Formats: sequence, structure tokens, C-alpha cells
Amino acid sequence: MVLVNLIAILLIGGIIALFAERISDGAPRWVALAAVVIDLFYALLIFSGIDAGQLLEIPRPAQPSSWLMYFSAGWIPAFGIRIELALDGISLLLVLLTLILGAVAVSASWSDVKTRRGFFEANLLWTLAGVLGVFLALDLFLFFLFWEVMLIPMYFMIAIWGHEARAHAAMKFFIFTQASGLLMLVSIVCLAVAYHSATGRWSFSYFDLLSTELSEHSAYWLMLGFFIAFVVKLPAFPFHTWLPDAHTQAPTAGSVILAGILLKTGAYGLIRFAVPLFPAVTMDFAPIAIMLGAAGVIYGAVLAFGQTDFKRLVAYSSVSHMGFVLLGIYAWNTLALQGAVMQMVAHGFSTAALFMIAGSLQERLHTRDMRQMGGLWTNMPRMGAVTMFFVIASLGLPGLGNFVAEFLVLVGLFQVDRWMTVVAALGLITAAAYSLILVQKSFQGAANQGGELQGSQLQGFQLRDSQLRDSQLRGDPLRDYPLRDYRLLQDYGSREMATMAVMVVALVWLGIYPQPVLDIAEPVVQSLLGLSAFQDVALAEVTP
Amino acid sequence: MSKAQILALMPIIVLSCTTVVLMLQASIKRSPLVAWLITVSGMLAALWGVGYAQNMAQQVTPLLVVDGWGLFFTLLVLIAALVTLFLSREGFAKNSRNKEEYYLLLTLSVLGAVVLIQSSHVATLVLGMELMGVALYAMISFPEKGPLPLEAAIKYLVLSACASAMMLFGFALLYAAIGDLSYAGLGAKAAEVYEENPALIMAGTAMVISGIGFKLSVVPFHMWTPDVYQGAPTPVTGFLATVSKGAVFIALTRIFISGQLASYSGLTSALTVVAVASMLIGNLLALRQDDIKRLLAYSSIAHFGYLLVVLIASSAVGAMTTEAVTFYLAAYMATILAAFTVVTGVAADIEDNHREGGYRIAEFTGLFWHRPLQATVLTVSLLSLAGIPLTAGFVGKFYIINIGVQASLWLLLAALVVGSAIAIYYYLKVIFILSKGTDENSLPDKPVAVHDMLAFLLLALVLVLGIWPQPFIALISEFP
Repeated sequence: MVLVNLIAILLIGGIIALFAERISDGAPRWVALAAVVIDLFYALLIFSGIDAGQLLEIPRPAQPSSWLMYFSAGWIPAFGIRIELALDGISLLLVLLTLILGAVAVSASWSDVKTRRGFFEANLLWTLAGVLGVFLALDLFLFFLFWEVMLIPMYFMIAIWGHEARAHAAMKFFIFTQASGLLMLVSIVCLAVAYHSATGRWSFSYFDLLSTELSEHSAYWLMLGFFIAFVVKLPAFPFHTWLPDAHTQAPTAGSVILAGILLKTGAYGLIRFAVPLFPAVTMDFAPIAIMLGAAGVIYGAVLAFGQTDFKRLVAYSSVSHMGFVLLGIYAWNTLALQGAVMQMVAHGFSTAALFMIAGSLQERLHTRDMRQMGGLWTNMPRMGAVTMFFVIASLGLPGLGNFVAEFLVLVGLFQVDRWMTVVAALGLITAAAYSLILVQKSFQGAANQGGELQGSQLQGFQLRDSQLRDSQLRGDPLRDYPLRDYRLLQDYGSREMATMAVMVVALVWLGIYPQPVLDIAEPVVQSLLGLSAFQDVALAEVTP
Repeated sequence: MSKAQILALMPIIVLSCTTVVLMLQASIKRSPLVAWLITVSGMLAALWGVGYAQNMAQQVTPLLVVDGWGLFFTLLVLIAALVTLFLSREGFAKNSRNKEEYYLLLTLSVLGAVVLIQSSHVATLVLGMELMGVALYAMISFPEKGPLPLEAAIKYLVLSACASAMMLFGFALLYAAIGDLSYAGLGAKAAEVYEENPALIMAGTAMVISGIGFKLSVVPFHMWTPDVYQGAPTPVTGFLATVSKGAVFIALTRIFISGQLASYSGLTSALTVVAVASMLIGNLLALRQDDIKRLLAYSSIAHFGYLLVVLIASSAVGAMTTEAVTFYLAAYMATILAAFTVVTGVAADIEDNHREGGYRIAEFTGLFWHRPLQATVLTVSLLSLAGIPLTAGFVGKFYIINIGVQASLWLLLAALVVGSAIAIYYYLKVIFILSKGTDENSLPDKPVAVHDMLAFLLLALVLVLGIWPQPFIALISEFP
């Protein structure tokens, strides 16, 4: 029941936020913040109740009682569909990540969103609820339901509060995920039908379907159905084309959630479903997946380097970073999987922070174009310092979370495929290039100003800025009018700094003392590896 | 005919009596309100008759079969007719004349649909279909005079008459070859006759398929659909989309199941082509529509393509066939009625604001912020049509995928996935317009009306069927 409450708090919070708009314009964001924070503390409370021994115990995949938490209730008995939620180490980490970044996202939307705040915060909370559902659902029908349903509030967030090309971006995002999701639905149904014809009874439960006997040929096809759905969401090369559009056009809070959490549902799906359900064929398929992962690392980095749009650059860097996750998963050994989990958490924080910075810049400058920035550090030193920190985290500086993750993935991968490790390691160099250019173009260098403005001119610009603000409120397409006078810029205030501090602390902690995270993930990784003889074969290939 | 048999036919008898009363009323004193009241009470009495007939399930003469399944759809058709009646009263332009006859035609059409649903013989099939169709021709052009309704009516009349003639001729050929016109007989004897006389059977079947395909508006018999949907008054469009198409599909299902037609591979391959074409072409053509009624017309073409999967698979899945058809059709009817309820209301408002073309999607801009309830209903209906979880449409689609997998119909499943992926684009396009910022074209705010309550009820139905389908599944799985 505890797991149901986790989701329900957010759902109900969303409904309250929707109507809180009638009380006052600012009420919804307080409601949203309260809902996320209450949910976070609730989660921490119940997770701290789990005793340490159980946390270290290796769960048996097909036995729900050995998981940390388990909830099951009947739903559609005609098809054996149950409301089945379960928690293990990896989902625990992801639930906490979701709730922390959820609070960050509310903070990011604090002054960014100015119209229809109630509906906005409601959509935000419902997206979070959907994501929690994805991380907890173990009935495949229920999983699919959350998978699809979380798209709708996200769609609205992009389509209503997004930037100039939001219609296109929102549509692309939805169609990519929906179409690939349908393939997964067909695969899920195939599995259930196979189980039905073998046992004469319907079930969509992960625990039942894990043992379904399939011919190798059909298993391969079904695995592809899951794989495509998950790598589209991840996203991996060549299915990533929706991502730059969606991330760039989404409002800041939407980008934070998209990059920080939604992408992780793809990785989670691969770890939880795509590999364990089809261990044998995954072995055959792993080289292709590793190739896609390595290609994503390099390709994403190269494209990121070429961007002039601040948000687009960060978006492409996500493609590159998520390539490491794919590599880690399909290397399928302890180190690499640990690295993949670590990367999911660390990338969540670093990218979310960079998107928040992009949002703050857009709010202040009305542009995301880095060619129109430069020298911002002078007027906004706090923001500059924060940006520098996250840029360095994102390029994988030792001592911060992302380094630990990428290092583990590379070490794990080296045991499986040396040449691909070499290719992927190049990604660390390219990451330095695109990350540093980001901070150079925007915060360092000469101030990109069209001359100092005087008295009435300055007022004119202020006036134009306020008109722009109004036209944005009305939902008009935002024209490209950069703000020219940097004296008008406001540096980060205490709210922003507090939000950033949360993520700074998280990344430093992950970088210096990652052991707790690794400990929580360890038993799950072991149990997953126990599912197949896959890793033995993979390791045997390397041993001379 | 025994007493039990007469009781079993209660809904049909009540509806027939209602038409007579309506005719008498029109000749004594014309009053739209009285006619409306008589029709509504006739429908309610027929609903009561359904309850009565429930315990009398049996074959009544070789022509009609009264069973739980048929009665359930009779119930649905009557409810859909009540919704149509409600919308007609609200939605028709003030200047339309001779409303009494409209109600009479509607009752006749419902009667035809009920006969069609309970048919077990080609004679009743043709009878029901014509009764329903002929009344519909008039309903399309009757209430509102204008070039569009007239065009739609003529188009429907000419094409529908051709299709009926085609179908009749097809049945005549089949009768010549087989010598039996009951559904069960047609299917059972076709195989042996086919050995001796393949040409006759093939020609007959092809003609029948084209006739029925026309009524269902599946590709390549779909040309009339968008024009008729657009031209007909919106309540009539809703009626056509739900009652008329639904009843024909049920009759088709009966033919398939009693005759076990799915075992004929030639027939199923022909239907596979039709289904795949409907899913792809229907969805592709819907992409460029800017009129909400035309969009729904093309979407309905695709939806009947999806439904055909169930019939093609019917030999492999047995009892689940009726279950799936029932769920899908019920979900589809609820969804479409919800959508048309909103469209009727909004279009009337737009015309009240003295603007032409109330069905252009662009006119719906910003509806979310001025009519939140109506916009929500329309959004949920569109999501249900797109098959997004938590709506009735998703469970329907889940049934179809399930059945397709069980029967290993991979080609059809691939077409379904591709079709749905295309479809999501145009449904989302409408939703995007609904949620767009308001501009000078937007409607002014308006308080919630009775009309909206009906929309809300239908919305609740769509959501309940999607979120908690178990009670409904339990109910429909008991039908044979």
C-alpha cells in the first residue's frame, strides 16, 4: 500500500494544484512543492524503515517476497492483470532521484511559468506520478499504462508552455514514444499469449512471464519490440531525433524532468525488462547494442559541439551520456551495470542543473543563442560559477558523480569489447570540448553588447522587454529580441542557489563517496546477472 | 407464434407502435415538442422491452434471433438514439421545419437497426439495412436545408442504393448456388458448393462484401464517408457513425460466427486486404483534414479496419470474438457520442456568434480555457480513439492486439501499429489547437449547460470502461 501512496500523493497533489489556482495565482506552486516534498519525506521515511540486512540481500527475481517491498491487488481478472508494484534497490534509487528532481523542477518553474499555473503544476505532478509508476510497476500491462499515460501531461507541458516551435516538438516527442510503445505493447501481449497457451491462464506479471518458454526466433522479435521502445526513450542513436527538439522547446521544468527522469525510464526498462525477459537472445544482440551505444556517445558529442543554442547543446550532450548507459547495460557485468545505474543518477542531476541554467538565461536574455551571449560572468558571477561546476561535472571530472559512472562503464566494457571501449573513451575527450565551449561562449570572453545604452534608450529596452513578456503570456511566438543591456541582468537569488546547492552536494557526494549507491544497487545487479549465463560467456570471450 | 416469442420481440414491437403513434400525432396536431416526447417515451418503453425480452432468449422464426448479445446491442442502440434525440432537440438550427417527421424517421431507423442486430437470415438483414438506410437518407437532408446536406443526402442515396443492389444481387447468386439464406446455412454449405461452382460463390461473396463494406465504409468503399459526415446535421452524423455502422457490423459478425466464415482462407485474405487498406488509407487521409467531422469520418474508416481483425481471427480465438467486438463497439460508440455531443454544442455556439463553418478545427482554438469541460471531453474522446491507456479505446485496442497475436496475424498487427502511429498525429493536432492560447477567434466563456452534463456522463463512461473494465468484461463474456 505504501507504494500506491507514493503515487497517489502526487496524483492528488496535482488535482489540488489544478484548483488552487482559484485561491491565488501563486498557490499552485506551493501546493506542488508541498506535494513533492511530502512525498519525498514519506519515501525517505519508509525507505529508512527497511533494515540494512534486507537491503543487502540478493532478491530472487521470480519471487516477489524477496524484494524490498511488494504490493499486489486484483484489477482485471479476466486477463490476469493485477496492480502489482514492487521495489528493489535500483527502483529505490530512481524513486528518490525522481522526487528530488521533481522538487527541483517545481523550483525551476517558480518564476518561469506565468500563465495557467494551476494546470502547469498539475501536469508536472502527474508526469512525476507516471514516472514513479513506471519505476514501480511490475505487471507489464500496468507498466505499459504508466509508460503511455505519463506522456500526456508531458505533452501538454511542452505544447502549452513551450517555446517558439513547441507544436512540432511536442508532436514529435509524443509520436516517437507512442509508436515505439505500441511495438512494446504487441511484444507484451505476445509474451502473455505465450504464457497463456503454455499454462492455460492469463498473466501479465513480471514474475510469471520471466519464465515463459519461447522459441529463439520469436524471443528475438519480442526482445526487439521492447528494445526499440526503450532506446527511443533513452534515447540511443539513431532514435534520438525527437530529443533535441523536445528538450529545447520544453519549458525549463519540462526539460528538467525530461532529461533528468524521463530518459531514465528507458534505461530502467532495458535493465528491468528487455534483458531479463530475454537473456539468451540478448547475448546475440549485445554487440549491436554496444555499437549503437558507442555511436551515440561520439555522435551526440559531435553534434553537441556544433550547436549554437544553449539548450540544444545540453540536449545533444544527453544523447552522448545516455550512450554510456546503453554500453553499461549491454556489457552486462557487475562493474558496467553499476556504472550504468550511477550514470543514470549522476546525469540526472548534472543535466537537470544545466537545463535550469539555460532556462534562467532565457528568462533574462530572451534568447538561447550563445552567439548573442558572452561575458555574462561579470554581471552574474554566482550563475557563472554554478554553470562552471555543472559543465565540469558533465565532462567527467574525477571527484564528481559522472566520472565514477563513466569510469565504471568503461572498465566493465573493457572486459567485453576492447575496441568499443576505445571508441567510447573518446567520448570523454569530446565531452570536454563541447562542455567547455558552452561556458566559454556564454559566460566568459568579452561582453557581447551593442554599446552602452543611455537613459531613454534604456527605458525603451525595458519597455520592450516587458512587452515581450506580455506577448509571451499571450502565447504568441517569441520573437528573437535579445536583451542588450546587461546591467538589467539579475544574478541568482537564494531560491535558485538553494536548488543548485542540492544538486551540487549530490554530485560531489556521488563523486567522492559513491559506495552507498553502489551498495544499494549491488544485490539487484547480482540477481540480474544470476538470471543468465550471459556474463560468463561475455567474459570468456576476453580471457585468452 | 407463441406468447413467449411475442414477448421476446418486445423492443421491435414497441418501436413499431411508436412510429404509428407518431404518424397519427402528426396528422392530428403538429407539435415538435409532443413528437419529441412521444419518441423519447417510445425509446424508454423499448428499453423496458429489452428488460422484458431478456428472459425470453430464443430463436424467433428462422428470421430473428433474440439472445443476450443482440439485446445488449439493442440497449446500446436505444441509448445512442436517446442521445441523438437530445442533441437534435438542442442542436438543430432554429429555422428547420417539419421536426415531427424527423423524429419519425429516427424511430424507423432505430427499428431497422434493431432488426439488423437480431437478424439470423438474409431476409431480415436486407430488411433491417434498408429500413435503417432509407430513413437515414431523409434524415441527412431533412432538418436543415442547404447545399451541403443535400449533396450529402444525394451522395448517400445513390451510392447506398447501388451498394444495396449489389448486395442483393450477390445474395441472389449465393442463393442460386446454395439454396439457403440463413446465416448458418450459408456458411455450412458454401464449402461443398464451391467445389462444383466456384465462380458463382466467388462472384456472390464479392458482391456481398462490397455491399456490406460500403455500409461500414471500409476502403475501397469509403468515398462517401467524409462528405456525408460533413454534410449531415451533427446529431445525425453521430447517429450514422454509431448506430448505423455498429448494427451492420454486428450483423456481419453474426454471419461470420454462425457460418464459421473465418475458415475460408480466400475470404479472410480478401478481408485482410480491405482491413489493411482501411487502417492505412483512412489514417493517412485524415492527416490533412481541417474539418472536425471529416476528420472523424476518416478516423472511423480506420477504426472499422481495426475491427475487421477480430472477424478475420474469429476461427482462432473462439468465444473471445464476440467479447472483443462487443467491447470495441461499445467503447467506440460511447467515445464517438461524447465527441459529437461536444461538437454539436460548440458548433451551435460558434454559429450563434455569427460565424460560418462551425466545424473547422481552427474554430476550436483555445477551447480549453473557455469551455474546460467540453474541451476535456473532446480531448479524452480523441485520446480514446487514439487508444491511449485509461480510456475505453485502449482496452478495445488491447483486445484487438491480443486477438491478432493469438491468431498470428502479423501483417494486420503491423498495419495496426503503423496506422495508430499515423493517427496519433491528427488527434494530437486537434488537442493542440484546443490547448492553444486564445486569440480573437476564440469563443467567449459560457457557464456549464445541461448539454455539457450529457457530455460529462459520456466522458465518465469512457473513463470507467478504461480504468475499471472488469465488471463490463464479466458482463459481456457471458454472451455466446
